[in-house]
Amino acid sequence: MTSRRAPLLDLDPAQVRRARTLARKAGKPVVDLAQAHTTVSVERATLRLAGLAGADHERVPWVNHLVQAVRDEVGLEHGVALPVWDALRRGEAENLEVLAQKSASGGVHFEIPSGKPAARAAADARKDVARGIRTIDRQRATRDRLIKRHGDPEQRPWIYLIVATGDIMEDIPQAQAAAREGADIIAVIRSTGQSLLDYVPEGATREGYAGTYATQENFRLMRAALDETSRELGRYIRLTNYASGLCMPEIATLAGLERLDMMLNDSMYGILFRDINPIRTFVDQRFSRQIHARAGIIINTGEDNYLTTADAVEAAHTVTVSQLLNEYFAKEAGLEDWQLGLGHAFEINPEVPESFRLELAHALLARQLFPDAPLKWMPPTKHMTGDVFRGYLLDGFFNLVGAMTGQGILLVGMMTEAVVTPFLSDRDLALQNVRYVLNAAGGLTEDFHPPRDGFIQTRAREVLGEAIDLLERIGSDTSSRGTAYPQPLLSAIADGTFGLMKRPPTRGKGLDGVCRKAAGYLNPAVDLLETGETR
Amino acid sequence: MSGEIVRPYGDTTGDGMVQVSFTLPIPHDKRAEGAALQLAKKMGMEPALLVHAKAMGPDFTFFVVYGSVTHLVDLRDVTVVEREFPLLTAKDVNAAIKSRLRRKLVVVGACIGTDAHTVGIDAILNIKGFAGEKGLEYYREIKVVNLGAQVLIPELVEAARAEKADAVLVSQVVTQKDAHLHNTRAMTAAFREAYPAGTVPHLVVGGPRFEEGTAGALGVDRIFGRGTTPGEVASYLVHAVLPTKKEAA
Repeated sequence: MTSRRAPLLDLDPAQVRRARTLARKAGKPVVDLAQAHTTVSVERATLRLAGLAGADHERVPWVNHLVQAVRDEVGLEHGVALPVWDALRRGEAENLEVLAQKSASGGVHFEIPSGKPAARAAADARKDVARGIRTIDRQRATRDRLIKRHGDPEQRPWIYLIVATGDIMEDIPQAQAAAREGADIIAVIRSTGQSLLDYVPEGATREGYAGTYATQENFRLMRAALDETSRELGRYIRLTNYASGLCMPEIATLAGLERLDMMLNDSMYGILFRDINPIRTFVDQRFSRQIHARAGIIINTGEDNYLTTADAVEAAHTVTVSQLLNEYFAKEAGLEDWQLGLGHAFEINPEVPESFRLELAHALLARQLFPDAPLKWMPPTKHMTGDVFRGYLLDGFFNLVGAMTGQGILLVGMMTEAVVTPFLSDRDLALQNVRYVLNAAGGLTEDFHPPRDGFIQTRAREVLGEAIDLLERIGSDTSSRGTAYPQPLLSAIADGTFGLMKRPPTRGKGLDGVCRKAAGYLNPAVDLLETGETR
Repeated sequence: MSGEIVRPYGDTTGDGMVQVSFTLPIPHDKRAEGAALQLAKKMGMEPALLVHAKAMGPDFTFFVVYGSVTHLVDLRDVTVVEREFPLLTAKDVNAAIKSRLRRKLVVVGACIGTDAHTVGIDAILNIKGFAGEKGLEYYREIKVVNLGAQVLIPELVEAARAEKADAVLVSQVVTQKDAHLHNTRAMTAAFREAYPAGTVPHLVVGGPRFEEGTAGALGVDRIFGRGTTPGEVASYLVHAVLPTKKEAA
């Protein structure tokens, strides 16, 4: 990924170690909390791995029906696996789908088995869920094979383009055209508000609002189309979608089953920007990241959001803190460095003196803190005014920072940002912009060495210092000591430490879908993901 | 030419020069360039100068055209539809609340009835916002209480009272059998019953299917339609809810 040249920034290694230690200290209690809970979405994802798909005539997915039915009768604290496969053993229905259908009308009796029946139900559940895990393993192997056959992009950063028509049938030709024009990664933006739906819509969808619904069938259709285009172009085109939100575990699972290559998955986005309950988010996030780890999916984190809601200079260190936390949670869930598309963005007000040098300092800091991660570099949005000519210049400077600092993934900026959804010509112009800069200045990484103790080095050290201060404040936040949620990170989130949003652990969307595990909790998916076993 | 009649200005008064760019869904060749000039002429550009044409894939061509437009603009015919309130920046909204209300403005939001579509209320309230604008949560001087979906009307009234709401925002997306209208009327009636006359919080309803001009009939103070941004709602609240400077003084 990155060449191991002498580092460009003279950072104190002890400071860098300290930052990571503090992130771990903040994150660990939250991981413990996550492991002690399950959610409706984790349980639904488990059923999806066992092959339960489809929805009723009102498009309510069968997994929702079945989890709800189990919950109503015996609660979720033991997980759905034991009561569901016990019911199958007792002959309540011949298979999962029929069981789900019957349960929707209240026609199934569930109980928590013990002794021999429990052992048998557990073995059956594991057998069925393992099939889904093996499908994910196979899809990963297929991806590796296709990358070997077609090849990776020739250049770094990889070029990431967005399509968002709302209609999967329109998205497909647009995505294929974008790949032919030079995109290496296609991201299909989701319909507005899907992150707040507590179910995953079904089937191919043709009506979305400012984006297209993430569904298993849409995933499959788009991946198949891009496989065709990869063959045609002799370059493996990667597909991206969004996991963050109330259905993170399920969407992650569907992405693994349908061989998506990258997924947006931020540890705190849902909490801070969507008011999703913190516990729900951390539990869902951990499971979804374990799935991504297994599936060989690269995650993309959402640090750009911090900069669009706050000043990009003042809040620069919050990006670093979020990256460190995202890294900790990701690695804890089994993701490797090459899977960490940690985000950051070019959002400093262009009127600020030396804004370009500040951007370089911030981008280099991220590059050097995470040398083996494919950082995701995101274009200006906040200071795109509708003056498309000025916006085009700003995007050029954004591309230049990307080239000079060795970013891994470059989200192509559109001059019509904040004006209209991009025209075909806007995308073409944007790609010309990227290509010009990479051709003209791609090798500048070789010549560009900011002088020791110069503006860039000093600024990078300053941001790292502020990040460490903030992590220390988080770690020593004792305002909720003695309450049900004494974890310092949770109190920091509740206090509004991140941006302006106060998000207490007892509030937010999706809280009623969280359940504390009982001693006999069983989830074969979690077991298989933790151990790496296939059966 | 009187001062009321103007033409676009390139580099000389009255030259009428404009520049446009567009794409035609045809391959790039001589015929495509002719087609671009034909379009320019129909748009009133005469003479038109095709300065750039580029193929975008096999099926599309991008053009840049400069030319003088034959049209005249008569300033006397320009009509401007004024919104009843000025659009303010987040900073100005915060400053207005601070100086005129001297405490935070409390906004309670919900989707009522069986409507589970929180897209609208979340676009206005969540910090994530909509159309590049941050939601009301982003405003330092606004306290947002978002009750979410399927909120019962008595719960909403209770929450508004408990929070001492200045304004209540309700979103209604589902319109089957005019559910949005029934729900809205039931909601306003409940508020009027629960509050002494003249003290009902400001009631605002939003959704894609409300007709403009029906606010009175529904008993709400304001209706917002499709495409409304958080900034518009915040500006409106400053205009409609805050005491005027005189009253505050």
